[in-house]
Amino acid sequence: MEIHAYEKLWLALALVLIVGFIGTITYGAAGAGIDMIDDKGGTVDPATLDQHPKFGDPGIERNGENSYDVYVVARQFVFEPGTTEPLRVPAGSTVTFHVTAADVIHGFEVVGTNANTMAIPGQVAEFTVEFGEPGEYGMLCNEYCGSGHHVMEGKIVVMEQEEFDSWYEQQQAQGEAEN
Amino acid sequence: MATASGGGEFVDKFPDEAAVIKASFLIAFVSLGIGAFFGLVQALHRTNVLRVIDSADYYTMLTGHGVLLAIVFTIFFLCGVFHWAVARSLDRPAESALFSWAWVGLMTTGAVLATIAILGGFVPNLGMSADVLFTFYAPLQAHPVFYIGLAMFIVGTWLSGADWFLSYRAWRQDHPDERIPLQTFMVLTTMIMWYISTLGVAVSVVFFLIPWSLGLIESVNPLLTRTLFWYFGHPIVYFWLMPAYLLWYTVLPKLAGGRLFSDPLARVVFLLFLLLSTPVGIHHQYLDPGIAEGFKFIAMTNTMFLLLPSLLTAFTVVASVEHGARQRGGKGYLRWLGALPWRDPAFTGMALAGAMFAAGGFSGMINAGMNINYLIHNTLWVPGHFHLTVGTAVALTMMAGSYWLVPQVTGTKLYSRPIGLLQVIMWFVGMVFMSNAMHRAGLAGIPRRTAEPQYQNFEFLTPIGSIFELRVQIALGGTLLFLSVVLFLFNILLTSLGEESDRPVDSHLPEPLSGPEGSPRILDNLAMWTGIAAVLVVLAYTLPLAGIIQNGGGLFGGGLPVPATVSAGFDLVLTTVTSAFNTLWGVVA
Repeated sequence: MEIHAYEKLWLALALVLIVGFIGTITYGAAGAGIDMIDDKGGTVDPATLDQHPKFGDPGIERNGENSYDVYVVARQFVFEPGTTEPLRVPAGSTVTFHVTAADVIHGFEVVGTNANTMAIPGQVAEFTVEFGEPGEYGMLCNEYCGSGHHVMEGKIVVMEQEEFDSWYEQQQAQGEAEN
Repeated sequence: MATASGGGEFVDKFPDEAAVIKASFLIAFVSLGIGAFFGLVQALHRTNVLRVIDSADYYTMLTGHGVLLAIVFTIFFLCGVFHWAVARSLDRPAESALFSWAWVGLMTTGAVLATIAILGGFVPNLGMSADVLFTFYAPLQAHPVFYIGLAMFIVGTWLSGADWFLSYRAWRQDHPDERIPLQTFMVLTTMIMWYISTLGVAVSVVFFLIPWSLGLIESVNPLLTRTLFWYFGHPIVYFWLMPAYLLWYTVLPKLAGGRLFSDPLARVVFLLFLLLSTPVGIHHQYLDPGIAEGFKFIAMTNTMFLLLPSLLTAFTVVASVEHGARQRGGKGYLRWLGALPWRDPAFTGMALAGAMFAAGGFSGMINAGMNINYLIHNTLWVPGHFHLTVGTAVALTMMAGSYWLVPQVTGTKLYSRPIGLLQVIMWFVGMVFMSNAMHRAGLAGIPRRTAEPQYQNFEFLTPIGSIFELRVQIALGGTLLFLSVVLFLFNILLTSLGEESDRPVDSHLPEPLSGPEGSPRILDNLAMWTGIAAVLVVLAYTLPLAGIIQNGGGLFGGGLPVPATVSAGFDLVLTTVTSAFNTLWGVVA
């Protein structure tokens, strides 16, 4: 098959570009350790989410020094926690999110960051985020989820450690009192 | 293109085919008009410039915009172009005009049913709606009529493909040793890709969504139906694009005053699309839980290799156009650009569409980048991207191509070239405004598919310019695009009402510079390529689907969760094998 010299050169450059792209992404995943959303979060039964030990009363849980788990339920048209009351995390902490949906498919996006995942009924999206300085972030649903989709939003408040600790202890005490 | 038509215009030679093509174009253009109007309302609504609907109705309109433009307009136009290309390049009529009308009828019925279900959303008391958007992700539920209409439409497209395969088979009996004419080769490879890929959506709609919407089954597995949608949802992108490629390869060089550079390379490009279009759908699900990273990696590598046929196309098309310019007396490294027929709306529209496709290709590379995708997933960046690709590379090529094709099936001259020229330029300028603003808004985190991109808890920030300026650009761009469609429809309507002409357009297509003779005959072995495409699909999809069914609560969801079982080791082996395979094919090409 006759291929023009310029065509061959172009073909070679195109292949270099493609292999280069794959290389940078492989480096990002293996070298820089950029985590992907995958199947490690496991599954839940969406029908009995209310009785689930974590998603039944979603929120933040300390699991080590400076390290936390956050459980979030997305449902038409709120994040729990996040919408009626902000999701509070301490500054300088490492937080692993576990996000699922109770009814239809939703999105979970922390605005202006790459913390972004789909929330699918039956599936748990798990990803880890490092929080820096105190401040506030917006969160929103970025997958169409029904006629009120545009009001589905929330807030993450990054608090000073001491401030967070006293809030967290108060929460724990309240939880125990209720039980 | 061995059988470029001698004397006689298409409409005189193939009157039955011309009638089928006219009907297909008519439905395509009516959908274009309605879809574009919805687009205008959305552009003005979400930028807060003009609000004539409730925000809740925005999603009804958005569903209509997506379905009417991305499914009905594009595919009916494709059917018209393919029907023309097969009759022209095989130089024979379809085997049965009745059969051709059967698929036109079935597709039209399906499209009308789906549209009625969607528009029902505007009438609250009707009890019929389909506010599920173009992607119809369950558990969002539409009225059964929507899914039934979709299924009928898809079956109609299968029959249209059968029509072209029957023509080919009959032609083959008369020409046992000839190479498949290029345009027919393009049609057949595209349809094989379509058969493989629509299997996913057909299973999803027929086995899950229709029974579920009728209440016959209680629940569906949301991740399974979503994955089946994207199994079809990415190849449909190439189904939109292939008629545009067919026009770029076989018509644009002629409009530029020259001829196609290389026939064999065009065949290679269409084969690469056949092989790689389907095993990539999971790249739309990079952010989905429940799918192992290894499978996402496979989809990513396949996607990157899918850049190859488009990069090859860029070379061949530009080289063919340059050849045309030099035939017209163009000189110099770049001065030849001035020798091109820029006053011809068919040429200028396709050239601008191609230029914009390059920009869309670059933003697509960002989407395909598995990790950088996190920054823009489901933001306004994504519609910014696909308004460059399907919204311009495809739609503008189809409109520009119409200025050359419609006269061939109506037998009337184009009503106005200057209005046509204004129309294609207006589309280009409108899209420059709208698309760049959408991309930048996406980088600021503004989501797609929402009626109210203002929130209570935070404000979006953009590093350059302001959010206000982005809104103005989107509203202005959307308005220009709508006016462009109005001009287009007006021009085509008056063309079809014009007086019959003996020679409405110069329809002769010259032979390529390098013909198919020198290329290996294996390129024409469609059965073999179909087999390889099927193997690639099986490799890319078997394990993810098995995992989703097993871990996501079974075929119908709602069951008890089972721990993940797909081992990482198996992942690795599969990744290595598939990427090695891809590399091999890349090199062979």
